[in-house]
Amino acid sequence: MTDAAWETLSNQAVAVAGLVYFGALLVHLVEWASLRQPAKQEAGLVTVAAQPPRPADEAGGGAAKVSERRTPAERIAFLARLGFLLTCIAAAAHLVGLVGRGMAAEPNRVPWGNMYEFTISGTFVVTVMYLGLYRRLKLGWMAPLVVAFVLTTLMVAVIWLHEPVQPLREALNSYWLVIHVISAVIATGAFTLGGIASIMYLVKMRAGDEATGWLGRVPGLDALDKLAYRVHAFAFPVWTFAVLITGPIWAHEAWSRYWNWDPKEVWAFITWVVYAGYLHARATAGWKGRNAAILALVGLATLWFNFIGVNYFSSTSQHAYASMEAPTRLVSTGADSASYDCTDAPTRRC
Amino acid sequence: MTTPGERPVGRGELTARELLRWTWRQVTSMRTALVLLLLIALAAIPGSVVPQTGVDALAVTRWKDEHPKLTPIYEKLDLFSVYDSIWFSAIYLLLVLSLVGCIVPRLFVYARASRAQPPPAPRNLSRLPDHTSYETTLTPDEVLARAREVLGKRYRLRPLVVEEAEQQPSRDPGDAVSAERGYLREAGNLLFHLSVLVVLAGFGIGGLYGYQGGVILVQGSTFGNNLTQYDDFDPGGLFTPQQLDEFDFTVEDFDVEWLTSGAGAGTARGFEAALSYQQGDGPRDEYDLRVNHPLSIGDTDVFLIGHGYAPIITIRDGEGEVAWTGPTVFLPQDQSFVSFGVVKAPTAKPEQIGLEGLFYPTFELYDGDPVSVFPDALKPLVSMLVYTGDLGLDSGESQSVYVLDKSKATQLTDDDGKPVRLDLSVGETIDLPDGLGSVTLERVDPWIRVQISQTPGKEVALLGVILALIGLCASLFIRPRRVWVRARTVAADDGGDTMATTVVEVAGLDRSGNGDLAEVLTDLVAVLKNEKESHP
Ligand code: HEM
Repeated sequence: MTDAAWETLSNQAVAVAGLVYFGALLVHLVEWASLRQPAKQEAGLVTVAAQPPRPADEAGGGAAKVSERRTPAERIAFLARLGFLLTCIAAAAHLVGLVGRGMAAEPNRVPWGNMYEFTISGTFVVTVMYLGLYRRLKLGWMAPLVVAFVLTTLMVAVIWLHEPVQPLREALNSYWLVIHVISAVIATGAFTLGGIASIMYLVKMRAGDEATGWLGRVPGLDALDKLAYRVHAFAFPVWTFAVLITGPIWAHEAWSRYWNWDPKEVWAFITWVVYAGYLHARATAGWKGRNAAILALVGLATLWFNFIGVNYFSSTSQHAYASMEAPTRLVSTGADSASYDCTDAPTRRC
Repeated sequence: MTTPGERPVGRGELTARELLRWTWRQVTSMRTALVLLLLIALAAIPGSVVPQTGVDALAVTRWKDEHPKLTPIYEKLDLFSVYDSIWFSAIYLLLVLSLVGCIVPRLFVYARASRAQPPPAPRNLSRLPDHTSYETTLTPDEVLARAREVLGKRYRLRPLVVEEAEQQPSRDPGDAVSAERGYLREAGNLLFHLSVLVVLAGFGIGGLYGYQGGVILVQGSTFGNNLTQYDDFDPGGLFTPQQLDEFDFTVEDFDVEWLTSGAGAGTARGFEAALSYQQGDGPRDEYDLRVNHPLSIGDTDVFLIGHGYAPIITIRDGEGEVAWTGPTVFLPQDQSFVSFGVVKAPTAKPEQIGLEGLFYPTFELYDGDPVSVFPDALKPLVSMLVYTGDLGLDSGESQSVYVLDKSKATQLTDDDGKPVRLDLSVGETIDLPDGLGSVTLERVDPWIRVQISQTPGKEVALLGVILALIGLCASLFIRPRRVWVRARTVAADDGGDTMATTVVEVAGLDRSGNGDLAEVLTDLVAVLKNEKESHP
């Protein structure tokens, strides 16, 4: 296959993934919508069925009622399974899109040369983590939220961030970068999942623990808190590895300084510190639960701001892979010498 | 020194000491640590918004020009060097203080606790939030022996002897097994926090003893590592010149691989500078200096970070003498590598000659305007304006080689009064009007910019983060818990036969507060019961 064919395949695969995610989202929304009805029906049925003590054990008319009653529940379970299956299919297409991106470059490379590629990689990780943990952490209730998030982000990537395949700039051509970005993407995906759990914690806290409808399906406050903690506890060391170990090693090789307080680094540090705060908060009386959840969301905001915001608002970041067009900065140093950088990084001096 | 009894302890002194102790407790409290963490996150933000001298000095200058009113305020607040500022340092020193104050006492507590035995079973196990019980026909001793065996594999057990020695009359002797695990969690947590200090130490060493220097070298030139050879040099506070490693290197060749087609056309894919270098009196070695592949000589690292073009221009004066010849570093203005440069010939007779203009790597006229269509030097051309007269070099004031002082010089114009512009291709010579001389473009050489630095302490910092990560994982993933199993005979008084059965109670405490203790207990019970089935 030619590079151009791979690129086309990648674009089409991402489009297919988007469509199937959309289908999955619709299915999950229908599932949510039907969650409301049975709650009402059941309430009605309970009053009707109040006279016969155990309708399920009865034959005849009772059985008819039972089957009527079980259908919505079955339907919901079916919709949940269908949505899950669609998400799996979408994820497969998503993966094809990623692989195609890497194959389209000459030479072949990891698919994160620019923000479009980073975004489709990040959303893929969110999906894969969600699918992988679906059973273990009983994430069924999270389905519409995750799918909606992935779909929206993917759409943003396709509409605003899309760029043709380009070779990797040399500074980005390092296996440290590969490790660095893989871990950063994984941590980003996990923090996002954890953030969804924290959002639901706050929502559920307002609605009260015994809320009905789809909120009734969301686990209780304790379980949400535990879930959020477990996901964050996984993500935090990965993030530590990404931004405090592999990042500096790469920076040292490429730019001669392992830590330079560049805006990207500053925000990675801020994110790290805020999540450290989150972990502390959970062990501090008076900060448990609500405050911890808020901190987790602050952390998530800094994380996504770093990824999106810093690239747009900061002109001083050296992390060129994020910039939309190649940087065209002239760099001056103390001796009035200047250079156009091999690394796309300004030369630094103090 | 006051010791109690020497003289009456004054009230004020007591409260002062109490205040001190209270302050210390506040500083080292978990809540303070949390607030300080959030504070340092907040304090780091301005440095990502306002340009920083340490990151991009040019951006700072530009910012100051654009905001003359805000500049003095920002300067007072150290906003151009946030991470060296007093207020930022204050927060992180407080954090370090809080950390030390928190960690040291915990180290002692841990040292004692790590050798301690699991506490004896509480009297009433069913009061614990996680507990379960079942009945069996085995004797309590059999059950407890089995429990010791099962739990002993992964838990520390309270020794039997001690348990018996401590028994109280109200309790059945040795009726319970006490087990505890997860001691390493606290060790991991302590390791993590200590490692944060190690990282800070490594970071500090680098900042104080390290240096960064930069130099532009035209292909073919040699750099000897001493202070005078650097274009710019930025040492840490405790740097001494004796630290400089003794070496020199020569830029033998420099190659850029340009992409000529596809979406990335006009961008460079590979940069490679062939160096030959020598450390001290050692043998001469070769190294291909590339991005991401620095050259390490002794404690010093050499990085390739930039490149550009240096046209070799010769100026002959009105008397036919060579007034200037040599490579002149032109500074790229943008990605197209159109570069700006200045040539000065102060010794030219009858008048000094200065040239200022642009270098086009692949020259083309586009609607009458000169442009460069490709960054590689495929069809190079320099286009210079000419100045004569006083170039300001005689005053003795130091002048940048990249700037032409035109204040006292006059621009050469032709008969129509239009500025004289010299457009020179390689090998071309143009005579200056009025018998001033001539200018030749001999050839074009590439130059590279290298960053040379020492970062002592980087291994310390790296070791610190790795240890921190290990400690962090231990702290986050080890689940400390205590489990107790108690077995007691109860007389089953139903039916008249005095049949004795054994009631086994199992309970646990999860000290991390996030485990799934209920499952653990269920599993334990299953294992305990299993044994019963396999020994009928
Ligand atoms: C540089 C500042 C600090 C950083 C980056 C930091 C970071 C962390 C992180 C990431 C954790 C979670 C990992 C774990 O549970 O072990 C943690 C836990 C903890 N930190 Fe810190 N910390 C700092 C300062 C402090 C200070 C000053 C104290 C004492 C007041 C402290 C006390 C604790 C304690 C007791 C835990 C365990 C919490 C638990 O049991 O879940 N930390 N810290």
